[in-house]
Amino acid sequence: MTEKKDHEAELLTVHSRTDVEQVYRYSAGRYLSRFLVELRDHARIVGVKCPKCGTVYVPPKQVCDPCYVEMTEPVEVSKEGTIRNFTILRAAFVDPETGETRPVPYAFGNVQLDGAGSLLQNYIVADDESKIRVGARVRLEFRQERTGNIRDIKCFRLLE
Amino acid sequence: MGRRVAIVGAGQTYHKSARKDVNGQELIHEAVSRALEDAELAIEEIDGVVIGNMDHFEGINYVDCWSIDGSGGYLKPVIKLCTGGTTGTTLAIGGYHMVASGMFDRLLVIGWEKNSESDTTGAIVTATDPILDRGVMAGALAGLAIEASEYAAAYGATPRDAARVSVRDRRHACNNPYAHLRKEVTIEEVLSSPPISDPLRLLDMCPRTDGACAVVYASEEVAEKICPRPAWVVATANRHSYSRFADVMGQTGMLSLTVAAKELWRKTGIREPLKEIDVVELYQPYSWAGLIWIEDLGFCKKGEGPKLIWDGVTDMGGECPFNPSGGVLSSNPIGATGLIRCAEIAHQIQGKAGARQVPDVQLGLATGFGGCWWSDLILFSKKKPA
Amino acid sequence: MERVAIVGMGQTKIEASKESVNYPELVYEAVRLALEDAGVGIEEIDNVITTSNDFWDGRTISCMPVGGVSGGYDKNISCVEGDGTFGAFYGACRILSGSYGTTLVTAHSKGSESRQIAHLITNAAFDPIHARCLGLDMVTACALQARKYMHTYGITEEECALVAVKNHGNAFANPNAQWPLKITVEDVMKSPRVADPLKELDISPISDGACCLILASEARAKKFRKKPVWLKGVSFCADAYQLGDRNLAECKALEKAAEKAYRMAGIRDPRREIDVAEICDAFTYQELLWTEGLGFCARGQGGKLVASGATARDGDIPVNPSGGLLSGHPVIAAGMYRIIEAARQIRGEAGEMQVKEKVRTALAHGVNGLCGQSHCVWILGSD
Repeated sequence: MTEKKDHEAELLTVHSRTDVEQVYRYSAGRYLSRFLVELRDHARIVGVKCPKCGTVYVPPKQVCDPCYVEMTEPVEVSKEGTIRNFTILRAAFVDPETGETRPVPYAFGNVQLDGAGSLLQNYIVADDESKIRVGARVRLEFRQERTGNIRDIKCFRLLE
Repeated sequence: MGRRVAIVGAGQTYHKSARKDVNGQELIHEAVSRALEDAELAIEEIDGVVIGNMDHFEGINYVDCWSIDGSGGYLKPVIKLCTGGTTGTTLAIGGYHMVASGMFDRLLVIGWEKNSESDTTGAIVTATDPILDRGVMAGALAGLAIEASEYAAAYGATPRDAARVSVRDRRHACNNPYAHLRKEVTIEEVLSSPPISDPLRLLDMCPRTDGACAVVYASEEVAEKICPRPAWVVATANRHSYSRFADVMGQTGMLSLTVAAKELWRKTGIREPLKEIDVVELYQPYSWAGLIWIEDLGFCKKGEGPKLIWDGVTDMGGECPFNPSGGVLSSNPIGATGLIRCAEIAHQIQGKAGARQVPDVQLGLATGFGGCWWSDLILFSKKKPA
Repeated sequence: MERVAIVGMGQTKIEASKESVNYPELVYEAVRLALEDAGVGIEEIDNVITTSNDFWDGRTISCMPVGGVSGGYDKNISCVEGDGTFGAFYGACRILSGSYGTTLVTAHSKGSESRQIAHLITNAAFDPIHARCLGLDMVTACALQARKYMHTYGITEEECALVAVKNHGNAFANPNAQWPLKITVEDVMKSPRVADPLKELDISPISDGACCLILASEARAKKFRKKPVWLKGVSFCADAYQLGDRNLAECKALEKAAEKAYRMAGIRDPRREIDVAEICDAFTYQELLWTEGLGFCARGQGGKLVASGATARDGDIPVNPSGGLLSGHPVIAAGMYRIIEAARQIRGEAGEMQVKEKVRTALAHGVNGLCGQSHCVWILGSD
């Protein structure tokens, strides 16, 4: 569901189920809306930079916590990055969002995209699981059909 | 200046994976009764109640109101604190401030959780940002697995090192009649238990537990009158450094714990925690934390955690025993878990710890951890603070 | 004993739906306003308390996202789950304990995000074992209380309606109110019946809003640019949980909390000594019932009190000159908004809402739980 306000950026509302009956409608806010719109329309990753410490936050947010200043400068970061940490899930659990179980094993981790200071989390996909290491290089893979949701990112694919 | 405050009594339930014999209010009542008995006080003498749990685990809204039947808070001031996993220690810190402020003289502090009544994962998932993180989930444990993998890559620690921590805590739990899991495990058993999320295996992890804990705080004047050996609160420190999981920058170790510990040692003048602290109840939800977080606390240098563990320094009989109660690996009723750490330290100081008593405890440290990488610290002493 | 004062405050406008921001951003706005009001930067804040509720936010550990924007990154920080008056209470304790000189306290509500399931959220307050499946929620439970109260004392629906007329009318003077309305008793009586005897205009909306208080010890209060608003007395109290265990036509818990707060503040005759009161009128009948609990009139006389005009802005015991919750109800933040409105009166900054030039004593009130089970009363003073 979206709402346009004059010449302002498109604002999104994201639906998230906590259980079958209870649906909340979360406002993404200006920062995350812009991030999700860039993701949806251009398959681009746009973060925000702190004017004081220079940290680039991906995904973006309004306030840099340590500096306690508002961040307004958008910064596009690379779609490639480095694995900072990861794990491989071997015990399946039911995803409460979808009611499904993702087949195990699968890898999951935090990646620092080139140009970003914070880490982005997502699934990590590789042909050879043993090649997934801290420090390995990955590239973002996007879905063909994107709707302005974090799931528009399919995964990080290991660059062999 | 505020008044000095002490824990004068504590009680907890017999923790189990499912306490089908009681409903939530009855579970709370069990802990409260034991705490009042331990403090030798009647409920009429209590002038306030502070309570906490993690809402979605039981699916009950306004728990401070709902729990009256079990907490004894009828027509008393009742307030709820909740900060996720750190709830138990948040309650302990809150209890301290509320009594030190002069607003209460005999305050009942309660932490509880009936995990069996809900889908734990389902509840934990909603701790994540609905826009960013919930669509890309890997469950509650992935975050911890990630911390461990980072630490292993940085310092070469192995699953065997972590397993030694599990062995320690599970052995300690055998001395604790209240513990949920009371069976020893061996290193081999840990290393061959089912893998959950690399490098974590089932026996590296804490259980899911139903349980409650209650503690009575008293002001200085009251404590000295009614309690032969109060456990005095010396100082507290905490940090909730991350507002989003996405902000975890990939430092090795727990940032919030490192910073909070520095503040605590500075405030109390403690230079060598390993030498000066007599016992620690570390909120340690998984084995690797027993390696990583003792470094972050300043008990040894970064990377030296395993050595401390293998040398037996943290075993019962060692220089500074950790988790004589068996710790979180043996019982984890989340809302109560942090408060149990405080109750255990209080009993250590009071000499009431039975088979798990560490001899001659002057200073004891209780820590809290929350799944958002949060840390609470509370230092207790036998001697009244100056 | 140490004294505590309010030295800064900020609130966002109460709105039906603030879709351009998420709730941490809403809190940040309130914090910025409070810091501006206090004339200090975040470094002057020694510790932070946030107030939130997991169910309303749809988020376990609902305090997590607001820590950073409240300036809590490298500070001691904690969270109260309950009405803003309770959060502010803990914030005050953190100063009175001698540990900190200043506390920043925030509270927020993004009711628009959960409005369509509000009935499920409040239904979750009912006992899961024997009450929840009966499908009661806050509105229907309060309808029961309204019926009991009216039956016991002969309070009429028209008397309740007077509260809606008064408060919506008062809201015109409040730039932050969501819902100023020029209505008559007849309008209220004609509004659709929701749960007998409650009609649409008897019920507060569920709104978006965040607010922030900066508290300081007496020693630190001197450093702030505005005249401090002193905490003279505060207390809270909880009644029994099961609705059937209570006499819903009374509010014993409020009476007890008020009694203790008055004693702390040295108030003997609340009707005379309190210059203005901001209380939680989530439903019209509740304003009447709470004025009885607060001792502004005898039990059962709440209807007569409002009919006499005594609680109008120019009456002798003005209640909710800001428009109250009926004019905008950011759940959870509600009580802290009341504290701010009461503090404004003492500072003489209430603009058109100002009840008189010199307000010496003001009362603020917050509520937790079903049918006002748990109440918190704040007494603020100019010296």
